[in-house]
Amino acid sequence: MNPNLNLLIGLAMGLNLLSLGSSRLPALIRTMSVQGVILGVMPMLMEHELDWRVVLVALATIAGKGLVIPSLLRRAMRTAQIDRELDPLIGFVPSLLLGAGGAIAALALAHLLPLLPEHADTLLVPGALATVLTGFILLIGRTKAISQVCGYLILENGIYLFGLLLIKAMPLLVEAGVLLDLTVGVFIIGIIVDRIQRAFDSLDTRKLTALRE
Amino acid sequence: MIPILEFLLRLACWLVVAPLLPGIINRVKSMVAGRRGPPVLQLYYDLARLWRKDVVMSNLASPMFVILPAVAWVALAGATLLVPLGPAGASLSFRGDVLLFIYLLALARFCTAWAAMETGSAFEGMGSAREVSYAVLAEAAMIAAVLSLCVQTGSMLLVTMLVPTVGASAVLLAAGLFIVLLAENCRVPFDDPNTHLELTMIHEVMVLDHSGPPLAVILHGASVKLLLFAVVLTQAVVPVGNFGSLVACVLLVACVLMVTVGIGLVESLLARFAFRRVPLLLTVAFLLCLFALLVAWKGGEA
Repeated sequence: MNPNLNLLIGLAMGLNLLSLGSSRLPALIRTMSVQGVILGVMPMLMEHELDWRVVLVALATIAGKGLVIPSLLRRAMRTAQIDRELDPLIGFVPSLLLGAGGAIAALALAHLLPLLPEHADTLLVPGALATVLTGFILLIGRTKAISQVCGYLILENGIYLFGLLLIKAMPLLVEAGVLLDLTVGVFIIGIIVDRIQRAFDSLDTRKLTALRE
Repeated sequence: MIPILEFLLRLACWLVVAPLLPGIINRVKSMVAGRRGPPVLQLYYDLARLWRKDVVMSNLASPMFVILPAVAWVALAGATLLVPLGPAGASLSFRGDVLLFIYLLALARFCTAWAAMETGSAFEGMGSAREVSYAVLAEAAMIAAVLSLCVQTGSMLLVTMLVPTVGASAVLLAAGLFIVLLAENCRVPFDDPNTHLELTMIHEVMVLDHSGPPLAVILHGASVKLLLFAVVLTQAVVPVGNFGSLVACVLLVACVLMVTVGIGLVESLLARFAFRRVPLLLTVAFLLCLFALLVAWKGGEA
């Protein structure tokens, strides 16, 4: 429907792969925040006449995902004193191939879904599916808590992309609420990361599976 | 008589120009590092010097030790005949010549690897193993790039295939092919052509036991391969064929020069990657070409 929109979604899908391939946490956080900003710009491109509420939510999304959440994560990373994912459960090349396979499958299969005709020729649905899948791979395949948080945020980006399909029907209040929840969630995770680091001297979440008295 | 003359002239042109590229790369590197550096024509002097020397052969090696570098060189020279040069077209062109192009490059690599193992040194075997295992990944990317060009233009001829598209597909293809170029020619993120450290070499390991004319032939073949990839990369992205012959010629030379300077800059600004990170980069190249293919396929459908 809109070539600019498709280009942005394509960029977001490229960032998905970048996040799967990067072993350094600052790069991962940066990728995630750039993706958030790109998604934040999208509602402004989709609407023909700009409503002030849409602009407000878009600006809030850009500020939240592009500035607040990354800075919270960076602070957590600094206090935990780690900057890379050393031994992921799913290696970088396999997760990259999985993500690419998922993106290709999403592109190939999206037209089988019963979509509205105005959504049929956009990349919104395949982009959303691929982003959600990327989030899942990061959540499952990484062992450090901060990478898992980034996976969760990318997953949320995918859900947000799905939400753009319903931009006319969904109250903006819901979108704003989700954003607020997300920011608070990341804030709390920042504290939890610090606690995990203090208790276990590492952010490896595998250590959390053993129960102790 | 004239076609044969043109044919030979073109081949000579490829072979004479090729050793210029490593010289330019070295000049860029030395300029970035603030050194004076070797002259641009250094490789020509090296080749002339090597050509006058004798061959030292291990008594384990069979005559193939000398023959195989020559076969590799002939395969690369043959590959140059298939590559079109803008509006002038290719010297040789037939349906499916792109497959021959890929196989000639593979044949050249096979011959170099075999010749390296002729001396029976474990070190050279290790170099060959590295070269071939990188090539497996680089070739996948190359084939994906060729496929995407095939799908875009619906043809199997190199001449008609190298008609560039615009937009996302071209960007993806350019990035992917540039990484393949760096990998195939053993440039910096994959291999450092300057070092002679056991741990870091790939291509250099294989040519370590060669001397005299065979070494000259291998070095010249490597430079021809570099030129080959630079020209293919240029034509896959820049619409050289749409201009008049003079403009096209200038454009082609400028773009190849740009690619060469780009390689030089990459080499001066980037460090060699650790071995375990190389497959990741090659996978990225493969995915870039694969997504170019996907864009071509989707674009053709819509």
